[in-house]
Amino acid sequence: MATLDSKIPSGPLADKWRKHKTDIKLVNPANKRKYEVIVVGAGLAGSSAASSLADMGYKVKCFVFHDSPRRAHSIAAQGGINAAKNYQNDGDSVYRLFYDTIKGGDYRAREANVHRLAEVSVNIIDQCVAQGVPFAREYGGLLANRSFGGAQVSRTFYARGQTGQQLLLGAYSALSRTVGAGLVELHTHSEMLDLVVVGGHAKGVIIRNLITGEITRHSADAVVLATGGYGNVFNLSTYARGSNATAIWRAYKRGACMANPCYTQIHPTCIPVSGDYQSKLTLMSESLRNDGRIWAPKKKEDRLKAPADIAEADRDYFLERIYPSFGNLCPRDVASRAAKRMCDEGRGVGETGLGVYLDFSDAIKRLGENGVRERYGNLFDIYHEITNESAYKQPMRIYPAVHYTMGGLWVDYNLMSNVPGLFVLGEANFSDHGANRLGASALMQGLADGYFVIPYTVGDYLAGQKPGSRPSADGAEFKAAADSVSAMSKRFLDTKGKQPVSYFHKKLGKIMWDHCGMARTKEGLESALQKLPALREEFNATVNVPGSANTLNQSLEQAGRVADFIELGELMCRDALTREESCGGHFREEYQYADGECKRDDEKFGHVAAWEFQGAGKTPLRNVEALNYEFVKMSVRNYK
Amino acid sequence: MVAASSTKSISVTLRVWRQSGPKELGQFKDYSAKDLNPNMSFLEMLDVVNDELTARGEEPIAFAHDCREGICGTCSLTINGKPHGPGKGIATCQTYMRSFHDGDIIVVEPFRAAAFPLIKDLVVDRTSFDKIMQAGGFITARAGSAPEANGLPVPKGDADRAMDAAQCIGCGACVAACKNASAMLFVSAKVGHLGLLPQGQAERDRRVLAMVNTMDEEGFGNCTNQYECSAACPKTISHDFIARLNRDYLSASLRSAFRPEAASTGGGGA
Repeated sequence: MATLDSKIPSGPLADKWRKHKTDIKLVNPANKRKYEVIVVGAGLAGSSAASSLADMGYKVKCFVFHDSPRRAHSIAAQGGINAAKNYQNDGDSVYRLFYDTIKGGDYRAREANVHRLAEVSVNIIDQCVAQGVPFAREYGGLLANRSFGGAQVSRTFYARGQTGQQLLLGAYSALSRTVGAGLVELHTHSEMLDLVVVGGHAKGVIIRNLITGEITRHSADAVVLATGGYGNVFNLSTYARGSNATAIWRAYKRGACMANPCYTQIHPTCIPVSGDYQSKLTLMSESLRNDGRIWAPKKKEDRLKAPADIAEADRDYFLERIYPSFGNLCPRDVASRAAKRMCDEGRGVGETGLGVYLDFSDAIKRLGENGVRERYGNLFDIYHEITNESAYKQPMRIYPAVHYTMGGLWVDYNLMSNVPGLFVLGEANFSDHGANRLGASALMQGLADGYFVIPYTVGDYLAGQKPGSRPSADGAEFKAAADSVSAMSKRFLDTKGKQPVSYFHKKLGKIMWDHCGMARTKEGLESALQKLPALREEFNATVNVPGSANTLNQSLEQAGRVADFIELGELMCRDALTREESCGGHFREEYQYADGECKRDDEKFGHVAAWEFQGAGKTPLRNVEALNYEFVKMSVRNYK
Repeated sequence: MVAASSTKSISVTLRVWRQSGPKELGQFKDYSAKDLNPNMSFLEMLDVVNDELTARGEEPIAFAHDCREGICGTCSLTINGKPHGPGKGIATCQTYMRSFHDGDIIVVEPFRAAAFPLIKDLVVDRTSFDKIMQAGGFITARAGSAPEANGLPVPKGDADRAMDAAQCIGCGACVAACKNASAMLFVSAKVGHLGLLPQGQAERDRRVLAMVNTMDEEGFGNCTNQYECSAACPKTISHDFIARLNRDYLSASLRSAFRPEAASTGGGGA
């Protein structure tokens, strides 16, 4: 059984991080260059970690599967990044950001981690502005803000509808600077296919070069995974097609615990599915809910009418009706389920009936078409490209889609997993968002972890490792891991079955969306746990991966990722089945109040479930880390 | 349901560049893509064709893609001679089959440029862009050293203009569209973005010199003011930034001639 010591420092909430920084061990400057740290992934968390660690003097190797670090999917985040700057003088504070995030997460995150996140949020904005991130500004030249869901203050910083892009390009420029200066060794087209554990510590990785197929072994004193989330288990999601869980899943199989895998976020405002050929779903930023009003027809028979022909009195602005104080800006999980309820009642719009309207006509009256264009122009353009409809002329049609995973590898307060020397940052870990993430908080967490947490905490671990003690990459553990990776590729190529990899991914996505999506039941999850092992067997017996292992082979890359998704999907269902409550993004139909809100069970489930791999074909072990709320009272979330 | 699923399906012939490796000979091969929903994206159409090829025991067409929403810059493709296809201000992944007609022959090639060597089929290596960035595409700001963000007001017009340039997605369409395979629009976008901001002034001279020198070393051509780059740019970045780059380069060169220490480009990030 894994030991899950959260290592939360003692003392008052607001002093914990400051105190911890003065208590943890340091590595002396001359010794830093003797340590090598591997960073896998170069999104917000990975790029910021790699450049910061390099600037401190550590030798850093960074591996990305993309052709350039600038491609990571952080780039697609649209709306913004939260920070407790209180520039609007509207009563914001570190405590309020902390409290909103804890509450938004439905009381399933660690208090200490979240408070630290809120504290360093202000440094992130300073850091990004210093790097030249062109945030939106007011005419006076100061930074502008907007509002996001789950908050009653304006604390979101943004760069048009491309905030993630600008923040990532900022972090990428920092990474580029350190690569150019010879401080970081960058490996592109390099996919991590295994973690190497020596003497119980993470000491290296196995990498496949996606162009040549060459398998290489790399040893290090510590390994940092910043490889993002696993929402592509659902096949259709707002993730990039390449986003995958392979790095964290292979680490799980080497002993790292996977925490709360069932916590997935379904984003309320995405463009609805249009056909079975579809490869991805596109998000319409939550920032649109600042000025757009969400509604569905009151009468079923109106659902196929042109929206303009539905009288004002026949429209149900259901978020404003059910949640008058937060209205259209209630949190994502709440808004998604409300939209689903409207569609379940038969009031969904569009041909499939799976859609509601997001209407800007009031905003256009108030701000003029140009005013709306200035704020959201690029989002309206995206909508037009995909649907061939103008949201200036008629309301957008939106429906919830998989967008983010709050679960991930278990980490302690230092962001170290239960495998010593393995650190996990950003969406790949589980620690800060509880059971639901608030908008504009993912960018905040990625950069907090990379710029302001890992630079301190990695030193605490390395100070306990003798300089120069990292194992040779020729050792038995490295060879065994590299051999198993090659054997897996060979198995995929040798199967020579009938079905392309995409067939299995689609099938998996449907099982997961039907049974482990927006609403879950015991029966549904149990049936998924029957179907998934069968799917895994079908995959092993009938997958068709053409080509060879020693060249660019996108089918082979995808085969490995989908094989991992199938296994991870099973763990998600198992986690969802054993969590007999509803909280945040995890909604079990059996556990709800009469008005359809989540019914938590703090007594039985006020904890983190951290799953431990027990070997292929064996049921994983469910470890528990109790969540001790010392400063905030766990209460029923109320956005009414 | 988008627009209308009642829209009639179309069938097209794809004439695709196939090349199994950088040293192999390449050639066009025809594939038919039948009964396509016009609301399908161009890349989704390629997914379908690839699954059919796989089923027939042929190797699927390698093409680069990732976010499929026009922001990561991974997708490329020259479609009917146009980088990123027929639409203006969009990337290949945002191109939909409704842009084509039933019976069309669609020619699909990789982005061609000496500085973008071909890897396989439609996939090229754009590492040269990263090298240019590593030479100077940054403002040095170590984590932990930043001053208070609102301590330095930036006029809204400058911030907006910087953002216009900063939107570059690093896809390389500007290079593929240019008869000289010049990377001037790419370089000018970064030099313009950082040079417009007060934070970017300290390194302004060394940045422009280092980035332009690296651009030349990587084998990109020069600009002859045809502006095909801006026309192909999925973010419609204006060629005005090229004029700005030329001014910056000239003044930095003059200053460095008189005060070389101010514009040293040594050590990339030094």
